[in-house]
Amino acid sequence: MLRDAWLIAQKDLRIEIRSRIITNQIAPYTLLILVLFGFALDADIETLRDTGPGLFWVSILLVAILAIQRAVDIENSDSAQDRLLLSPVSSFSIYIGKTLGLFLQLLLLEVLMMIAMIALFDSSVDDFLLVSATGVIATIAIASTGTLYGVLATGLGVRETLLPILLLPVLAPVVIGATRAFGDAFGRVNADGWAWVGLLSVVAVLYTLLGMLAYGQLLEEA
Amino acid sequence: MTPVIDLQNSMVLLGRFPALTDLTMLASKGEIIIVKGPNGAGKSTLLRLCAGLLPMKQGTGSVLGFDLTTERMSVRPHVGLLGHKTGLYADLTVEENMGFWAQISNASSADKRSAMDLLGLKGRLESVCVRNLSEGQRRRVSLATLVVQRPSIWLLDEPHAALDKEGKELVDSLIIEASKAGATVLIASHEIDKVGLNQKRIIEIAGGSVVSDTGESHGKENNVT
Repeated sequence: MLRDAWLIAQKDLRIEIRSRIITNQIAPYTLLILVLFGFALDADIETLRDTGPGLFWVSILLVAILAIQRAVDIENSDSAQDRLLLSPVSSFSIYIGKTLGLFLQLLLLEVLMMIAMIALFDSSVDDFLLVSATGVIATIAIASTGTLYGVLATGLGVRETLLPILLLPVLAPVVIGATRAFGDAFGRVNADGWAWVGLLSVVAVLYTLLGMLAYGQLLEEA
Repeated sequence: MTPVIDLQNSMVLLGRFPALTDLTMLASKGEIIIVKGPNGAGKSTLLRLCAGLLPMKQGTGSVLGFDLTTERMSVRPHVGLLGHKTGLYADLTVEENMGFWAQISNASSADKRSAMDLLGLKGRLESVCVRNLSEGQRRRVSLATLVVQRPSIWLLDEPHAALDKEGKELVDSLIIEASKAGATVLIASHEIDKVGLNQKRIIEIAGGSVVSDTGESHGKENNVT
């Protein structure tokens, strides 16, 4: 089961490396968002540092939508999804594989964006462990929810337009928790970052369990 | 002998549209059946029903002994479906696509090499991205992924489309070999003259129902309502 999931994740990552959409299109888009936020908030460096964590996670959500649509398109463009359904692979393995592939792509984008944010906003990290834990757990929540909602929106037949409307409200708790935890890790807000990481962990576990339960049925409908 | 495919008064809805209505057919092990009919007759829907990809709204049906109402997911790993689309990943090479589908189907590396050899995919084409292949070459790769899977039922939707003469002959020989090995083959085609198989049964469907069945190799068991 896990072997099949890893095969699917590996395949998705190989496709992304080959197509270079993440590196040539989505990553520059991510950087562009940060630069534009910088322009929009003027050159007030303190404002940028204060709002940096929030800008970071809003930007990640925007690029996550692109990555999720891309992950869905990989299976749908030439009906590979039907082939997967006909294979001995369980829908659980497909879900875990697609989520893992998306998770690793988003994590890479987050690292790039973090470097850019530190460079552009001249920010400094007070608690690197808190940043890492928040990044990993929030990304699990985003990837697991994104994989589920990607296939849900496909079933409804209006993926490009409906996906953000369906997904963003569900991920609001993740953005709030991750922003607070990052704010603490960057020393910009007086909050207990680890408590927010605890909340994020609960959300990530719940969303992943929900995905495992619902994905198979939604894949059938898609 | 228990039929491999047994559909009785089957009805399939696509949305609210009845794509198959009151369709009855039997198919036995090793049989080659051409399903012909005009566009929109329900040929592709019939193949997808037999693959366990579509639910049956009315009637009864079983494939390989699995009830299509309650066990259609169990049918799937035993079936190979070549649809209008190839089911390949455009950004992967021929070798990578073959490797992925072979591993997913639990086939050995030797099986993969043999399927690639059979379909003429070894050598120059191995390292070419599927997106850079011609339509006919993609069709060959897709067929190779079916060969490596060794299904008990082959469901081929217009398998000769986009293939040259050599490719069509190759497909015909693959079908005959599969049939000799005991696989049942259903071929949907609206251009029956392109199918060069001699020993074949022809079922004609129109408006989602069977309108005629030559039943050549099936005898009385094969009569269609």
